[in-house]
Amino acid sequence: MSFLEYAPAPESQAILNLRSEYGLFIDGEFREGHGTPFASISPATEKHLTTISTADGADVDAAVAAARRAYDRTWSRMSGADRGKYLFRIARLVQERSRELAVAESLDNGKPIKESRDVDVPLVAAWFFYYAGWADKLDHAGLGANPASLGVAAQVIPWNFPLLMLAWKIAPALAAGNTVVLKPAETTSLTALLFAEIVQQADLPPGVVNIITGAGATGVALVGHDDVDAVAFTGSTPVGRAIAKSVAGTHKKVTLELGGKAANIVFDDAPIDQAIEGIVNGIFFNQGHVCCAGSRLLVQESIHDEVVDRLKSRLSTLRLGDPLDKNTDIGAINSSAQLDRIRALSDIGEAEGAERWTAECTIPENGFWFAPTIFTNVSTSHRIAQEEVFGPVLSVLTFRTPAEAIAKANNTPFGLSAGIWSDKGSRILAVADKLRAGVIWANTFNRFDPASPFGGYKESGYGREGGRHGIASYLKTAAPAAALEPTRKSVTKGAAK
Amino acid sequence: MTRLAVPKTYKLYIGGAFPRSESGRTYEIVSAKGAFLANASKASRKDARDAVVAARGAFGGWSGATAYNRGQVLYRVAEILEGRRAQFVAEIVDAEGVSTAVATAQVDAAIDRWVWYAGWADKYAQVAGNANPVAGPYFNISVPEPTGVVAIIAPQDSSLLGLVSAVAPALVAGNTVVVVASERLPLSAISLSEVLATSDVPKGVVNVLTGSPAEIAPWLASHQDVNALDLVGAGALDWVDLQIAAADTLKRVLTPENGSDAAAPTLGRITAFVETKTVWHTKGLI
Amino acid sequence: MTGTQIVPGERAIALLGGEANDANLRRYLHGIPGVDAVGLEQRAAGLGTRSIKTTSKAWALDRIIGLIDLTTLEGADTPGKVRSLVAKAVTPDPADPGCPRVAAVCVYGDMVGHAVQALGSAHGDPDQGRIAVAAVATAFPSGRASRSIKLEDTADAVAAGADEIDMVIDRGAFLAGRYGQVYDEIIAVKEACRRADGTYAHLKIILETGELNTYDNVRRASWLGILAGGDFIKTSTGKVAPAATLPVTLLMLEVVRDWYRLSGDKVGVKPAGGIRTSKDAIKYLVTVAETVGEEWLTPHLFRFGASSLLNDVLMQRQKMTTGHYSGPDYVTID
Repeated sequence: MSFLEYAPAPESQAILNLRSEYGLFIDGEFREGHGTPFASISPATEKHLTTISTADGADVDAAVAAARRAYDRTWSRMSGADRGKYLFRIARLVQERSRELAVAESLDNGKPIKESRDVDVPLVAAWFFYYAGWADKLDHAGLGANPASLGVAAQVIPWNFPLLMLAWKIAPALAAGNTVVLKPAETTSLTALLFAEIVQQADLPPGVVNIITGAGATGVALVGHDDVDAVAFTGSTPVGRAIAKSVAGTHKKVTLELGGKAANIVFDDAPIDQAIEGIVNGIFFNQGHVCCAGSRLLVQESIHDEVVDRLKSRLSTLRLGDPLDKNTDIGAINSSAQLDRIRALSDIGEAEGAERWTAECTIPENGFWFAPTIFTNVSTSHRIAQEEVFGPVLSVLTFRTPAEAIAKANNTPFGLSAGIWSDKGSRILAVADKLRAGVIWANTFNRFDPASPFGGYKESGYGREGGRHGIASYLKTAAPAAALEPTRKSVTKGAAK
Repeated sequence: MTRLAVPKTYKLYIGGAFPRSESGRTYEIVSAKGAFLANASKASRKDARDAVVAARGAFGGWSGATAYNRGQVLYRVAEILEGRRAQFVAEIVDAEGVSTAVATAQVDAAIDRWVWYAGWADKYAQVAGNANPVAGPYFNISVPEPTGVVAIIAPQDSSLLGLVSAVAPALVAGNTVVVVASERLPLSAISLSEVLATSDVPKGVVNVLTGSPAEIAPWLASHQDVNALDLVGAGALDWVDLQIAAADTLKRVLTPENGSDAAAPTLGRITAFVETKTVWHTKGLI
Repeated sequence: MTGTQIVPGERAIALLGGEANDANLRRYLHGIPGVDAVGLEQRAAGLGTRSIKTTSKAWALDRIIGLIDLTTLEGADTPGKVRSLVAKAVTPDPADPGCPRVAAVCVYGDMVGHAVQALGSAHGDPDQGRIAVAAVATAFPSGRASRSIKLEDTADAVAAGADEIDMVIDRGAFLAGRYGQVYDEIIAVKEACRRADGTYAHLKIILETGELNTYDNVRRASWLGILAGGDFIKTSTGKVAPAATLPVTLLMLEVVRDWYRLSGDKVGVKPAGGIRTSKDAIKYLVTVAETVGEEWLTPHLFRFGASSLLNDVLMQRQKMTTGHYSGPDYVTID
């Protein structure tokens, strides 16, 4: 036996007690939805996990009404300190149930347990801790004294980081004094429903957090509901665009975290081994199901061959398989629909003349899988260099000068993130200045922290999540600062009459 | 014998030049009492297109200038405005039919507001940005950066103050601007262009269109190379449609404001058209 | 493993295209890409989270024993202590005849004769299941002695039957940028490793990474050691903290991998000092396997410099056999 194959080391599922069916979480309790229930499956095995309710229009009304009642009667009247205490409770409960949540996430989403265990769930707890502390300090959020909450927030989240995106949405909204109705993605509702149990354990007043499940139609009904005051969406740019249109002319405050096509720029003086790790982490983390993934590798021409060689050797050590195995690096693609899209775009890449290389790995019989893939000889005009693949597919392009790297990096309607690898500090700072992207990682990639604002330029959306900027997304912006304007005094002798 | 006056030809201001509309169209500007004042250029969609090209071309230089330099350049505009107070007062008296005292108050307020915003250029980033204490060995900082090309529908009931209130905050952060002036009261906007042209503001940083906002605004709202849309003066237009058109490229949009002091001076008007950029860098002693 | 065919200096001349003096070495060593400390440590931490179970773990534990340089480097060492160490090296677990032997015993130069004698017929090439004798030399651990003393120290140990010499580099000269001096000394020590029959004792070059301080220095020193003809590069003397760490070892393995890509020539790596538990040692095995490949997990390409590690591995082995946890009274002290 080869040592490198490592014997299976599966995380135990015994910790997780799934119910056979889950209702909607409205006004502090679970209730059946009026829509047609749907099955939730594990993308790694295609096995049935549980049955989940669909919220129809009436259910959305009920959820928004519950949130409105909770806002009017309790949450908006509660002191910031007490709101903060509830959020601290939630943070602790997430920590206490972290292993269970990680197992559920990997089972439902297909991501490797080492990521759900070491990245997603710890960040979820960190997010609630961070924003808990903001709840009684809103005067210092940069919006003047006594900034007002918005009201009821409608939040729609994607399937790539199900519980983490929930935390990104719910923690700042509640800290700022809003109540929420959140809809998880249809393929990954499980951890949001477990989170509803945590909300119950924390004894949060009923209606402050409502979780409704269902497909796109449920989300449309929620976002379009007349009685919501804020809309927060993370997902694809086309859906974000539709939301931006649907809220036009309303008072709803919107944050959108949409797609990306991040350039990861590697200069010839880069710390090469760390750059290789960063490239791998940039595009193969979470199977590339990451809006800020470093999907366009821009390598300085002089080191292109060496980087590609090293990258291929490194990829050959990645382990694809059972998401619950602690040694798995690449888990399952979240759904067959997403797999189809990745396949289609990869085939187009090949047809357009890019050279395709795929890491050798055994693909399990059931479930949805895509082996780590690199395209070389990619031109900026190729679709795989333009469109978001949202999968473990890297396009490699080259550049000769820093100016060319910047121009190519910015040559996209997206502007979410970018990476820079170089040993030269002054160049890193200058390039970072010129990149039109909201998050720039220098000599690192895919780092997240509740204290650090995240969000895009251009068609990658607007608003920021995380940090002080993230709390501002859920508060009313400042009133006119007319008082700041000085009263007129003569500027020069001749000028005053 | 009274001297025969030399009337001014009011044209557009695009890329630092004063062209007539490519369409050859003009429209009559009349005083509050209905007397003929001037034939203003009636900008077409192609003029709007040219203005966006000019604004995009100027963006790199203007946004890349030091904040101190932008502040100085903007302050210089206030200085030159101050020197031309009489001209602006006279134009406003004619156009708006107000007393000299009221017109003077508007010009003074506009100049003071310009000075107020000029002073923000090298400060707003300190207020709108911050270091982030992340849980790891990283230097992490968030800084605001200009959004890009901002299209503005200027307040329609104010010759100068409304225009300044909308244009100045967008410039502070380093955005470049295409502004559609008040349809009825456009003459101050062109006079302001003359101020800009003779100050140190690089060509293309501000582009001024006169004509019909209802005609031009949809082209700007849907223009893919416009990053943001300030609808402050679009209250009388079908502005929801403009907002919907702007959503196609996810432009940042400010909605119409009404009242005598629309676009009142706030830091929020500066930060409405900035993007927060967060930069992470590893920290390692060894 | 009686020797090596690498002629001292051959590697450097081929690569530098000129004399290995301070200037040429500096130009080369400072042209190597830098190391980002945060990224390196994260990669090492990531490798440390591999979960090694059942058959893989059993294989790993046996392999760790077979890669240990069982070490005693005390001023208080005596012939009796060395004999006791050798007995442990030959029969690590008296209760289990299937337990593999360690790779080598590592002692001070004056103890080499005692070790050779105590090993008797067990003395030989670890790749053949025998046990080698390694001696620290060159005024170990500080290296602060004249060159002639260092060379004599080395020659003495080789003459007494040492198969492997663990030399220390002159860290002072390295940190002062006198790369040529460090290089020349390694060449000279290598010469001193030459036996009468023209073969060389195996040369391990101790970088003392705890004193080099930065990862960039560790990387440069690793290249320098390889260019000068080292058969192994070794982290530490065990007398300076920090001794071996996973990030430093990963970095040295990356240099070895790059050298292999460049030359097709395999150099060994020896982390030494501070590796006390099976759990830690398994992390090193994983790091070797995923960085340079599993073929490096043989005694002539990878070693652990350790003393207390062996007993922890033995307790883990017993746990795997019996199903219950062992205790320190069930393994022998030396």
